[in-house]
Amino acid sequence: MQSEVQFAGFGGQGIMLMGQILAQAAMQQGFEVVWIPSYGPEMRGGTAYCTVVAADRPIGSPVIRNPMHLVAMNRPSLEKFAPTVKPGGVIFVNQSLISIEAGRDDVDVISVPIIEIAQKLGNIRAANIVALAAFVARSKIVDFEILRETVKGKFAKKEKLIPLNMKALDEGRKVALG
Amino acid sequence: MGKIFQKPEALSDTITHYCPGCTHGVAHRLIAEVIDELGIHGRTVGIAPVGCAVLMYNYFTCDFQEAAHGRAPAMATGIKRVRPDLMVFTYQGDGDLASIGLSEIVHAANRGEKFTTIFINNAVYGMTGGQMAPTTMPDQRTTTSPFGRKPSEVGMPIRMAELLASLETPGYIVRQTLVKPKYVTRAKKAIKKAFMYQMENRCFSMVELLSTCPTNWGMTPVAATKWVEEKMMPYYRLGEFKTPEDD
Amino acid sequence: MSKVLMKGNEAIGEAAIRAGSLNYFAYPITPQSEVAEYLSRRMPEVGGVFLQGESEVAVSYMIFGAAACGERVFTTSSSPGISLMSEGISYITAAECPAVFVNIMRGGPGLGGILPSQADYFQATKGGGHGDYRLLVMAPASVQEAVEMVMQAFVLAEKYLNPVMILGDGLIGQMMEPVEFPEHLKVEPSNKDGWATSGMDTRKSSHRNLVKTLYLDPGELNAHNLKLKAKYERMQREEIRYETYNLNGDYEILIVSYGTMSRVCRTAIDNLKESGLEVGMIRPQHLFPFPGQAINDAAAKKGCRAVLSVEMSMGQMVEDVERSVIGKCPVHWYGKCGGEVPTPEEVMGEIRKIIE
Repeated sequence: MQSEVQFAGFGGQGIMLMGQILAQAAMQQGFEVVWIPSYGPEMRGGTAYCTVVAADRPIGSPVIRNPMHLVAMNRPSLEKFAPTVKPGGVIFVNQSLISIEAGRDDVDVISVPIIEIAQKLGNIRAANIVALAAFVARSKIVDFEILRETVKGKFAKKEKLIPLNMKALDEGRKVALG
Repeated sequence: MGKIFQKPEALSDTITHYCPGCTHGVAHRLIAEVIDELGIHGRTVGIAPVGCAVLMYNYFTCDFQEAAHGRAPAMATGIKRVRPDLMVFTYQGDGDLASIGLSEIVHAANRGEKFTTIFINNAVYGMTGGQMAPTTMPDQRTTTSPFGRKPSEVGMPIRMAELLASLETPGYIVRQTLVKPKYVTRAKKAIKKAFMYQMENRCFSMVELLSTCPTNWGMTPVAATKWVEEKMMPYYRLGEFKTPEDD
Repeated sequence: MSKVLMKGNEAIGEAAIRAGSLNYFAYPITPQSEVAEYLSRRMPEVGGVFLQGESEVAVSYMIFGAAACGERVFTTSSSPGISLMSEGISYITAAECPAVFVNIMRGGPGLGGILPSQADYFQATKGGGHGDYRLLVMAPASVQEAVEMVMQAFVLAEKYLNPVMILGDGLIGQMMEPVEFPEHLKVEPSNKDGWATSGMDTRKSSHRNLVKTLYLDPGELNAHNLKLKAKYERMQREEIRYETYNLNGDYEILIVSYGTMSRVCRTAIDNLKESGLEVGMIRPQHLFPFPGQAINDAAAKKGCRAVLSVEMSMGQMVEDVERSVIGKCPVHWYGKCGGEVPTPEEVMGEIRKIIE
């Protein structure tokens, strides 16, 4: 069993962090994992991608052209990567910024207005955690409680932010399962 | 009756390969005397350059490394950073320090690396057979400036002491010469001061020494000495350009 | 010890510290600048030395100076930076000093690109700098293996008094994988009193040490080169390392591939197996010394129709593969070197083409 998740969006949306949290959680759960960023001039252009591979055996190719799932945080990312997702996967769409459809009927599309949700929680910077929670709840790629512990660990040095992010996790899951 | 003159301990018995009238031997002896006087023989590492002095480690009895052309300041940096307790000096000629190794010396000085550089400026490439150096004087004939150095084509000679003294980082930068006994006494004082600043972990230090190259200049040793005084010294002013006390 | 998720570049820096190398000099270059960024924070914590040099040229001599004093020292860079360091590497090799160089390869020639590449195979294994010298070259295929190789590299460098190079592609530096730092790989530094310029007082010796590379006498220089040659021959006897994949049964094609590329090949081999086509692989873990005999044996096996060297270069390792196979069967090359890592599908396509 192997799943791959492509995260993509603008620089500053916390793309790399979302991928790292998922990779960390998957490792905690006992999976083999690889996290691969885009790097270099691509970073300067304002787009950011990363890929997380989680598997129950040693991971061969870390280079993934056709991921199982996609988390699209902006429109160019959805346009670029939606066609590459394997049938049966999950495409997460950041509904706050993307007004178009994923254009796929062979995948599970979940659209969430993450910015509005984060605003209601009091800090739009939690939007990526809302997105990650919604994606994980729907794809079940890792155990949600392990995700929760991983997020807590990530913010261990900024303890003040933990309650906000816990709420973001709950809201994201609620939307995804609701 | 006690001895009143002897070879410094830091020097070996080996006969040098330097040409008659060359001042490398004097510079070596001054460094060796300073090492003896400061009692640092057992914790000194010298770095030989590429140039006439490439074999200088044969004449010294302390630990030595041999650098690539111009890179001695980077090697000295490596040593001092990992072993700050060692006393380290580089010995470099004008092609080595002012041409191919310009970047290394400027950055080492600017970082304030705590080693000492002895810079032998004889206005010519010695070992390779008398080619033009960055320090070659205007109109001076060399094997690669057979009609005399033309500043309009290759610029004016670089004054390394002044260049390094312009850095904001504290340092000890001095120029002396070796062509007469009175100058030799001053040169020795400068070398000793430079080593002492290093011992105190104060700053980077460089002693530039105006030197002779009778062979490649095509002069007798006496004429070469006169040439340094008449041609080089008016352009390359002697004295201290920077001391750590300045700051 | 539990595993931590770490980026290759940071894990490489940490591995060196765990191996007891607290001295690092470097110049930033993509895609490995994170090593310097990581160590600029980490070295002060462990009382180590971090210095950003003014150029890769200078850095290679900072390494030389420190190594010649007998201290464990290392640097990291990427392809164009290694070109600049090659002068120093030649000197360090000639002076017989131990040091570790990490090359996280990017595309070339010239400024090339910043994406993963394996186009410095020749540079690493055949020279790069001037003169008759060799580096022991280790090629990790995962972050964990990079950690272990970095830790072993210091020991090997001291065993042979020769620089060791870790040759990884950009992905090895950039990707994150779970790692642990095996305690047993930390080995006490060897005694260097016989040659290091550590100061006579330090060694309590009246004999001075000299680290040099100049041998003007032709007989002496030849003898020096013969001594170096003997070391490289000893490496060839004692340091060949490779891993095999799907090599026990019969196979029609033998792949030779290293680093990240070999992982892509592993996936291709798994996929082809499902469709009934058997492909084996030898993955050199050390590129010099090269596992020539193992490749020859594997190519000579009954049923093996061809050998395919898969590398992110325009065909460099393939020359060593050809030299190893010595006509036992046809040798092919497949690769790309723009920075796009070939996919398992592309490797599979290439294999099908050979079969037809």
